[in-house]
Order: sequence, then C-alpha cells, then structure tokens
Amino acid sequence: MKAEADIADLSITEQAAAARRRRRVEFVKRLYGHRSFLVGSVILALFTLTAIFAGVLAPYGPTDINYRFILYPPSAEHWLGTDGFGRDILSRIVYGTRVSLRIGLMTVLFTGILGTLLGTLASYVNWLDGLIMRGLDGLMAFPGVLLAIALAAALGPSEINAVIALTVTFTPRTARIVRASVLVVKKMQFVEAAHAIGAGHGRIVFRYILANALSPLIVQLTFVFAVSIIAEAILSFLGVGPPPPAPSLGNIIADGRSYIQEAWWIAVFPGLVIMIGVLGLNLMGDGLRDVLDPRQRASLERG
Amino acid sequence: MTAFIFRRLLSAIPVLIIVSLVTFMIMWLVPGDVSAEIAGTDATPEDLAAIRERLGLDRPIWERALAWYAALAKGDLGYSYLLNRSVADAVLERLPVTLSLAGLALVLATVMGVLLGIFAAIRHNTIFDQGAMVTALLGLSIPDFWFGIVLIIFFGVWLGWLPTGGFVPFSEDPAGWLRSMILPAFTLAVTQMGVIARMTRSAMLDVLNQDYIRTARAKGMTSGTVIFVHALRNAMIPIVTVVGVLTGVLLSGAVVIEMVYSLPGVGRLIVGAIQRRDFPIIQGGLLITACVFVFVNILVDIIYVWIDPRVRDEG
Repeated sequence: MKAEADIADLSITEQAAAARRRRRVEFVKRLYGHRSFLVGSVILALFTLTAIFAGVLAPYGPTDINYRFILYPPSAEHWLGTDGFGRDILSRIVYGTRVSLRIGLMTVLFTGILGTLLGTLASYVNWLDGLIMRGLDGLMAFPGVLLAIALAAALGPSEINAVIALTVTFTPRTARIVRASVLVVKKMQFVEAAHAIGAGHGRIVFRYILANALSPLIVQLTFVFAVSIIAEAILSFLGVGPPPPAPSLGNIIADGRSYIQEAWWIAVFPGLVIMIGVLGLNLMGDGLRDVLDPRQRASLERG
Repeated sequence: MTAFIFRRLLSAIPVLIIVSLVTFMIMWLVPGDVSAEIAGTDATPEDLAAIRERLGLDRPIWERALAWYAALAKGDLGYSYLLNRSVADAVLERLPVTLSLAGLALVLATVMGVLLGIFAAIRHNTIFDQGAMVTALLGLSIPDFWFGIVLIIFFGVWLGWLPTGGFVPFSEDPAGWLRSMILPAFTLAVTQMGVIARMTRSAMLDVLNQDYIRTARAKGMTSGTVIFVHALRNAMIPIVTVVGVLTGVLLSGAVVIEMVYSLPGVGRLIVGAIQRRDFPIIQGGLLITACVFVFVNILVDIIYVWIDPRVRDEG
C-alpha cells in the first residue's frame, strides 16, 4: 500500500521513467532467460576475450617463422600444428580473431548507420523513395559475394577496404528492413499525436519513429555481424582481404588450401573457430528476434 | 497473369541499368589495367601505351561506357582482352556449370531441409527436435568455402572416394560429372539446408495444429498420409517462398564453391577477370549474372502466384 501511495505522489514524467526502467529490467531478464541467447552471448564473450588477450594467450608470435618446425602436426609444443613457414597455427588463429571481430564490428557499425539513414530517408521523404529503393535493388541484383569481391579487388586488399566492400554489400537489405519498419511505425497514433503537439521532424524521427523501429534493425545487424565474419574469410581466401602475412582466419585457410595433402590442420582449425563464432552470433540473433519481435520469425534468413 | 509477368519484366530494366553503372564505377576505381598482362614482362612503356590505345583504355571512363552501351543496344557484349573469344561466348560456355551446380544444390538442400524440418515438427519439443534444429543452425553457421575444403580433405585425400577438384562435362561422362559435382553441390546445400529446415518446421507446426489434421487422424488415416499429403501440402507456400529466396543465395554461393573445387563456372570466370583486369568479361559477366538473378526472382514470383490459389484466383 505504501509503495502505491509513493507512486501516486510522483509526477507523470517520473512515473513514465519508472515504467521505462521496469520494462528495461524485464527485457534484460527475458533475454537472459532465453537459452540460445545465453549460449550465444557466452560464445561471443569468449571470442571477444580471446581477441582482447591475444597477446597473453598466444604461445608464439603470429608471424614468427621457425624453419625447424615446418608443417609440424598438432603436438605438445604446437597444439594445432604449424604451417609451411613453421608458424604456430594456434597463435595465428588467436590473433586472427582480432581481425575477424574488428572487420565484423566495423561492418555492423557502418551498415547500421548507412542502412538507417537510407531506410529512414526512403520512408520519410516521398520523392526520394523510388530513387533510393531502385538503387538498392540494383545493388541487390549482384550475387552478394561477387559485389564484395569486385569492390575489394578494386579498392585494393586491406582491412578497411574489406569493411567498405562488405558495408556496400549488406547495406541494401538493412535499409529495406529499416524502411519497412519505419513505414509501419510512421502510421501509428502516437506519431500523429507528436505531430499534433507540434514536435519537429527531427524529434519525431529520432525520438518516436526510430526508437520504435529499432528491433528489426538490431536483429538484422546481429546476422550482418555473423555473415560479415564469413565474408571476410572469403575475401581473404580469395586474396582480396587483409594482405598476408596478417593472421586473418581466411588467410590461414587460404594457406592451408595448398597443403591439403600433407597438413590438414592448417585449413581445418581456423574454419572451426569461424564456425563457432558465427554460431554464437546466430544464436544471439535468434534469441533477440524471439524476445524483441516474435512475428519477425518468418523473414529471418533474408539477411 | 500475363500483365503481371509483363510488369515484372519491365521493372527489371532499371535494375539492370544500375547494375551496369555500378560495374563501370568499380572498373573506374580499379588501379592498373590489362596492358602489362598482354605485353608480358619485358614490354617498354611505348608497347603498353600502344596496347592501351588499341583497347581504348586511354579514353575517359564515360566515353568507354557510352561505347559499351551503344554496342549493348546492338546485342554485342564485347570481346575479352585475354581469352581470345567474345564475352557472350565465354560466359554462356560456363553458365551451364554454374546453373547445374546451383540447381543440384537446390534439390539437395530442399530434400534435406524439408525432411529435417518435418522430422523436427513431428517430434516437437523432444530431444530429436532440438537435435534437428541444432543441425540446421550449424549448417547456417558453416563457412561454405571452408566446409568444401574439409570435404575435399576427407573424401578426396583421406578416403580417396571422390576427385579433389576439377570438372567432367556431362556430355562426356555422366557418372564422372556426378562425381565431380556431388561434393560441391552438397557443400553448397548444407549451408542452405538449415534455412529450409527451420521454415519447414515452423510451417508444419502451424498446420499440424489445425482442426482438419485432427479430423484426418480421427478418420483413421495413417500418419504418413496425414503428414505428407495433408500437412506438407498446406505448409508448401512458406517453404516455396524460402526456396525461392535461396535460389539467388545459391547462385551467389556457387561463385566461391567454384573457386574451391576448381569448377569452370561463371563465378570463377569473373573472379579471374577481376584479378587480371579483363574489363569486358567483368562487365558482361556481371550483367549476365544479374540478369539470371533477376529472372530467377521473377520466376519465383510467378510460381508463388500459381501455387497459392488465394492469390491466383484474385488476379
């Protein structure tokens, strides 16, 4: 009874703030109650810790050449074996997670910003809609990887160019998703109400529309993260990603491609690590989708 | 229906124009050109300049683009700088490899995915259901090019059952063709099987809860008839949609798989052309691939309209 009386004493804004806090706590609780989200976030946390503490975890330097241990199979000194230069595969993989995470995160960041910008503009400014959407359709008509490969090759092999290539490849679909959800939110009554009380366009877009259209974007970006880790490996594998001897996971697999007859461990282990990392992100994405927006289930794999 | 198809075909034109514009932009960004490759290592700067002039590479990009569009209007995609054949010949020669790879993968992915999905749905909320869904998710998370290498190591190097790469044309030796295609197609299929399995499972679960399924069971029909005739048929529409979306994904996945298994498909042709700066092949190859992509999408839309009587009867 006492608590209720307290709440009644609060002003309306304070009550709203309290309700928001309560909803946030409940959201986090539900998220971590979701098993696949929990497992996924543990995997991602391990992946991130490996990348951060690569210097401590790696037994050797990622580019240390040792001609006495060339193509050495997994053993006590080299847990995951060595490659054609005698470089320790485990150390290269541990440092490789840094490259994967960096490229993945930057791609997510840029895709998120560009996708939100284009998607919101298309849905909010009528005369831009056709222009933007046709442009994005054109980009989507390229088979995904080919566009990224062509762009990365054109810009030259480097980490930042890989990010640019992947961002251009993944932005169209992300922008479409933002556009679709903004179109729905735009017609809702509270937006009309905001107009009616004289809120400006900027305030309406950011405070009302985007804040309520975020869920599908967050889910999509989790999948973009997963896909861009695989795509980075493909670019490196084809020689248009971060240039060797940088220990990117794709580079290690590309090295291993020439040794499939005599040293399977070079190609196999880095791919396993990619798979586990991507699995973690996919699990998180599934959990987020279930909790944020159960109706989205159907359109999941379009990312 | 005809009007619908016509409208969809018309809407493909601006998309293809944008595709070619983006390709020109990429070529404008590319540093270096093909002249050094043609002239060889001991070419003088004059030799290189002569080659550039002969190929028109010294002209500004917009002039080259206009010339290319003018030729395209006459149905001419140009001539490769390096392959000694026309772009249309080079691409069309390799298209069957890519299409058969994607087609075979689509069949495999659909069969495996639908079966896995049905299995999960009829064993809903059991350990089998979870096992099937974990398998599906693992398939979604596997880097396909790496999985290809692992399969080559396992079946090609260790067991020696299948070739480690290379391609045998169907017309020469159908059995050899299948042996050269089965691993690439399986690799490609596994990554997409998961998507189909998940869609099948949720569509089947929706349907299995309907009254008419209970009626069919109550009539004493066998479980198999109920599942495959009554339930699956009604779960088809979302499955067809997702299979349609995947067709595009498979075409793009084929690019990488062709590289891993050294298959002479369009993807490998274009990637090779990108590396060697063979602009006409890049331009023509990307345009033709995009055409295939767009037409597959239109085809999927048509099938979709045709399969769903609710949509069909309206329009």
